[in-house]
Amino acid sequence: MNNIEKQKIEEFVCDAPNNQVASESFVSNLKYLFVGIVFGIVFIKAEIVSWFRIQEMFRLQSFHMYGVIGTAVVVGMISVQIIKRFKIKTISGESVVIPKKPFNKGQIYGGLIFGLGWAITGACPGPLFAQIGYGFLVVGVTFLSAIAGTWVYGALQSKLPH
Amino acid sequence: MIEFIKQPWHWSIAGIMIGLTVPILLLIGNKTFGISSSLRHICAACFPANLSYFNYNWRKEIWNLFFVFGVLLGGIITNQFLSNPNDIIINENTIRDLKALGVTDFSNLMPSDIFSVDNIFTLKGLIFFVIGGFLVGFGTRYAGGCTSGHSIMGLSNLQLPSLIATICFMVGGFAMTNLILPYIFKLF
Repeated sequence: MNNIEKQKIEEFVCDAPNNQVASESFVSNLKYLFVGIVFGIVFIKAEIVSWFRIQEMFRLQSFHMYGVIGTAVVVGMISVQIIKRFKIKTISGESVVIPKKPFNKGQIYGGLIFGLGWAITGACPGPLFAQIGYGFLVVGVTFLSAIAGTWVYGALQSKLPH
Repeated sequence: MIEFIKQPWHWSIAGIMIGLTVPILLLIGNKTFGISSSLRHICAACFPANLSYFNYNWRKEIWNLFFVFGVLLGGIITNQFLSNPNDIIINENTIRDLKALGVTDFSNLMPSDIFSVDNIFTLKGLIFFVIGGFLVGFGTRYAGGCTSGHSIMGLSNLQLPSLIATICFMVGGFAMTNLILPYIFKLF
């Protein structure tokens, strides 16, 4: 596979790419560790990692999760618009790059499959890490199984409808 | 102050902080927010098995692994220092519905009826951990993102595919909770 092809596939599937041109050292990467720590604390303190909260959401019995996701989307949207409008640069002086997400049918099939799993486990991938850290060690099994699911997708990708 | 932090946080606080993660990651390193990618990077780093899907420079994406390790540490820190001493407060109707399904423990973030180590090698464990986890891992990769990558990052950037994905996440979740879960609970 040549590089251009490879890049295409990566753009196609990687939802959280690193678009920084300059490479980063271990110490530089600690920034993301710190942001992750704060994120993990918010996840637990706002009970987003709670199986009960997910049940409330899918039973339409509480506004909590809708409030969290809705507020996050509005704040994210305004921030992205501000960054684009004022062409705000990154701290290392690069232009901010946000790749477009091309449509494929995987978003429908995969989305439905993930939704089924979300309601069973009470966790999307982020909360899995927070739950394990908070002491629900049994979620380690869920995590390993999620890795297995990721791997099986990688093995079957070319055979699945997209 | 610490007592104030120990209470469960309001959804607006959490929403604002999660939303701000989007510009913070963009501005500190041109990183697009998304968490399920970390699972792919772990596969690429540990068992790529010559699959083209895992044949890429995962080291370039290592920030994502730092981030999720931070989320794990955040869980540990909260457990040690910021844990809510009281029972979780959830909607009465949810408690009633779940009691009818056989859930009895409503004290912590997760019911011990399901999420306990004793259940690992039982049918409950197979469904809630093994199958559930598999669906999460497989589904998020197939969809090209999860709640963070699509629902928060993608919607923030006004991406229609992310809206479609988010609607499908919700449809899957509603179907599982309201149509399938009642049958699953009858198995125990």
